[in-house]
Amino acid sequence: MDGTEIYICRCEEVTRADVLQAIAQGCHTVASIKRATRAGMGACQGRMCGRLIQQILMSQGIQSPETIEGDKPRFPIVPCETGALGGGGDGE
Amino acid sequence: MRVTDLLVVGAGPAGLGAAIEAARLGAKVLLVDENLKAGGQLYKQIHKFFGSGAHYAGTRGFQIADILLGQAEELGVETWLDTRALGLLDDGTVAVLRKGKVEPVKAGKIILATGAKENALAFPGWTLPGVMTAGAAQTFSNVHGTLAGKRILMVGSGNVGLIVSYQLMQAGAEICALVEAAPQITGYLVHAGKIQRAGVPVYTGHTVVEARGTGEVEEAVIAQVDERFQPIPGTERALAVDTILLAVGLNPRTELAAMFRCQTTYEGALGGILPVHDGWMRSTNPDIYVCGDLAGVEEANTALEEGRLAGVHAACALGYHGEQAQEKMNALRESLRSLRGGAHALRRLSGKERVIEKGESAYV
Repeated sequence: MDGTEIYICRCEEVTRADVLQAIAQGCHTVASIKRATRAGMGACQGRMCGRLIQQILMSQGIQSPETIEGDKPRFPIVPCETGALGGGGDGE
Repeated sequence: MRVTDLLVVGAGPAGLGAAIEAARLGAKVLLVDENLKAGGQLYKQIHKFFGSGAHYAGTRGFQIADILLGQAEELGVETWLDTRALGLLDDGTVAVLRKGKVEPVKAGKIILATGAKENALAFPGWTLPGVMTAGAAQTFSNVHGTLAGKRILMVGSGNVGLIVSYQLMQAGAEICALVEAAPQITGYLVHAGKIQRAGVPVYTGHTVVEARGTGEVEEAVIAQVDERFQPIPGTERALAVDTILLAVGLNPRTELAAMFRCQTTYEGALGGILPVHDGWMRSTNPDIYVCGDLAGVEEANTALEEGRLAGVHAACALGYHGEQAQEKMNALRESLRSLRGGAHALRRLSGKERVIEKGESAYV
């Protein structure tokens, strides 16, 4: 980091320059930028960067308040231990 | 599998209001919240609220939370704390994580009161330790008794920025400056007056442009902004601070609503993307209600009234018709209109009207 880089997704260490590059390559939604850069795939699942990326898309004129959409949430929406989903082997 | 009439997700003012009113009409209510204590953001508020007596004016936020939780428990609401809703399962039940295990909950109606999360602001150095949101610093001080820093730059002059600044000063921190990109203070002047009288410099038309330091924040650089909120080169100024707090708004936590395929819209004055709802707080999915900050970031009193409205309507939809249910709903809608009646709420009010119009059109 040279001091001027701006992180957008801190979980996956994706910078503003990475996001702008993805946009230049044709990623025009939060979901497609996520697939191209991993922004939003980390521990917090886009809680901080999701809105920052929405703002970048709108400030670049790619999206507007009428067209902007958030990322599609996936199960589970908050981190949980794998064992919690498996029933714990107690016959339930 | 737990079966209940009504599942309420989130035990802040909206969720508590919803649970109380639905239980009052006879519905069997399960209220879940991820925190260890109920009350949502009320639980962190140590200042006295103002407004009308009907909205607990003169009472401190955490005390209002206790009053509401007491009412809910008295009415037989079952409350699961330290419990997180994980999402929808294939059979239509809601998976909640409780005591390390997932329990499916099957409910006739679901009220989502999941609240909002704080906005981030991205600038060089913002990932340094010492930069955090104002709400996080408030949790540190008012819940855990820990001061986030000694010399603080507050970014944002909304009520969160103003109130948290004052509370951190009471706790012994120095607010070195408060910057606000807008040309004027955006929060209530009664809150601004408290920190201004104490000598905190408030710079409107300014923002933070960089955090500097080795391993942690040692310096914040602020600058004047132009009418498009872009920093003006040459106006930068460095402040020796150890902490930068971001109070730059909140955005609705829509994940669960989106999983239920509730239609969303964007309203800047209400925090961004949010689920649309009709005048009774019903989302476009007739089994799902939304209320409080999830349905548009506002204040605790509007959240409480929206929750109450959703609770009454959901209970009626489940077949628990109270004699005065319709009158009560009308009174709640009137109360919401008057809470949004001030000049400060104009943008929120017109945003809400658009949201409700879109929500109503789903039921035509």
